[in-house]
Amino acid sequence: MSDEVRMGDAADQPQAFVLSDENREKAQAMISLFPEGRQASAVLPILDLAQRQNDGWLPRVALDYVAELLGIPRIQVYEVATFYSMLNLAPVGRHHVQVCTNLSCWLRGSDDVLTACKNVLGIEPGETTDDGLFTLSEAECLGACVNAPMMQIGDDYYEDLDAGSAQAVLTALTEGKTPEPGPQNGRKGCEPAGKLTSLTDKPAKARRKKAPATPVEKGGA
Amino acid sequence: MLGDSDRIFNNLYGFKDTSLTGARALGDWDGTRELIAKGREWIIEEVKSSGLRGRGGAGFGAGLKWSFMPKEPSGRPHYLVINADEGEPGTCKDREIMRSEPHKLIEGALLAGAAMGANTAYCYIRGEFRREAEALERAADEAREAGLIGADACGSGFAFDFVVHLGAGAYICGEETGLLESLEGKKGTPRLKPPFPAAAGLYGCPTTVNNVETIAAVPTILKRGADWFASLGRPNNTGTKLFCISGHVNDPCTVEEEMSIPLRELIETHAGGVRGGWDNLLAVIPGGSSVPLLPKSICDTVLMDFDSLQAVKSGLGTAAVMVMDKSTDIVRAIARLSKFYMHESCGQCTPCREGTGWMWRMMERFVVGNVSEEEIDLLDEVSRQIEGHTICALGDAAAWPVQGLIRHFRPELERRIEEYRAHAATRAA
Repeated sequence: MSDEVRMGDAADQPQAFVLSDENREKAQAMISLFPEGRQASAVLPILDLAQRQNDGWLPRVALDYVAELLGIPRIQVYEVATFYSMLNLAPVGRHHVQVCTNLSCWLRGSDDVLTACKNVLGIEPGETTDDGLFTLSEAECLGACVNAPMMQIGDDYYEDLDAGSAQAVLTALTEGKTPEPGPQNGRKGCEPAGKLTSLTDKPAKARRKKAPATPVEKGGA
Repeated sequence: MLGDSDRIFNNLYGFKDTSLTGARALGDWDGTRELIAKGREWIIEEVKSSGLRGRGGAGFGAGLKWSFMPKEPSGRPHYLVINADEGEPGTCKDREIMRSEPHKLIEGALLAGAAMGANTAYCYIRGEFRREAEALERAADEAREAGLIGADACGSGFAFDFVVHLGAGAYICGEETGLLESLEGKKGTPRLKPPFPAAAGLYGCPTTVNNVETIAAVPTILKRGADWFASLGRPNNTGTKLFCISGHVNDPCTVEEEMSIPLRELIETHAGGVRGGWDNLLAVIPGGSSVPLLPKSICDTVLMDFDSLQAVKSGLGTAAVMVMDKSTDIVRAIARLSKFYMHESCGQCTPCREGTGWMWRMMERFVVGNVSEEEIDLLDEVSRQIEGHTICALGDAAAWPVQGLIRHFRPELERRIEEYRAHAATRAA
């Protein structure tokens, strides 16, 4: 549950919202994944669609639009929109920088990463830069703990960070470049950075048991 | 050490082709139709006798869970719901399955679906895992195109579809009934049980919720036989397991190992050892943030499985091993977890809603030592009034790390109190 639901100021709230034709089609496809009469199940994907169309946040009129589209009470959409942390009810920067500060990241220096982000962007967590380019947040565990510390920017994870590489990623974004997502220390994914300790043999094809009496030899290929 | 030929996830790191072609070359989708043809009873019995226990944290027997689904068609659809809302701090294993081994998950879902008469699987993925969802979606499209799932899955006559669904950032949706609420388009607040999902789950229909790793292990278990899986690990703790080793180790990584591997061997073989050597170890949280930490003295000998970790008052949880060396401010570490649970409490049960915030505020005072000795016992006592008094296990999960800290690091808490008092006295003088 999001502990601080920040609603957009009245001045930011647009008067109307409709999904684009393309997004309406996508929304219908999302609804069709669920049984007849269970269209409410598509509320999260459709709110996400609306948020993406509206520069990363959901004004009140968008919530009302989605309620009408799904034929569910507005209050149900408001409840959902205020419950999930990825749904933004106030404008956010073009790049939403979310630095994980949970335990695995903290143990490996997320404090330094967060400080680097604050220094580069000149803002505190919860704030947006004046040019509207960046919003900085502290995030709860984003599930990339063996690649800690890490941050999420938009849909991408930037992992195995330190102050220097975090700064480099943000600087690249400032310059309009798209930094390569993933680990920033050269490794591919979640394998040990040093020598591989598993999956070094030629992989054996998973075999079907030939006969119940024949035990599969441990370690055999 | 587990040999590569006994590993289920032979492309865990995504070094090889993750597409259908690549997956097939590694043994996925091989003989799936024949396995389905063996029938529901056979699949459930095989999974039962393999000893596979749920990989999402609770460790409930997978085959037993499946057997709770109604045997006879009741006119209501049955659902398989896959829990991919991976958010337990320290845990990042389902992510690897989705992006590198998606076909194992989809094939497993088909086999599980066939075993419980579920024609649809909904895979609920945490919203932040957009790229992982895309990878899984691609794999599902490939499987659909190849006729492996769909109206006549693998030519078995069984209709099965696999739907990828993204959440939107709420840890509580990893709780199975919170997940079902969310999947129905509501706030993810857990449901009172009973009824259990097998009786009334998604849309009130019979439903089984399984973790990604549990489902993805099923094809290999059925292909190689329950005996093979059961021969690994120890009785009641069988098979292989993905371990995520994070924190103060030289090479953090996710690795598949045999269940019951000694913790020390796991860390030293695969993660390059504790930073500064084993003697520099302070404590380990062995199963994700929800389980109590273990001091080095226990880590020296403990085995990584359900029973041995339970015996030392911790748990295997998700097998997310968080390693803390002697440089760690252990009180601050646990305080950080308290903050997490406060943030993620859904708010419907008073002990959890109020208690998680209270514990965090207390923990912040413990960090600096601005408490009295009696408050150590008070904190422990209050944590026990949260534990077991809530609809779901989040209250327990918030209480256990704090209890573990008091159990194993009481002298450190007392030291801070004394230090704070000494400082206060100096300041006053």
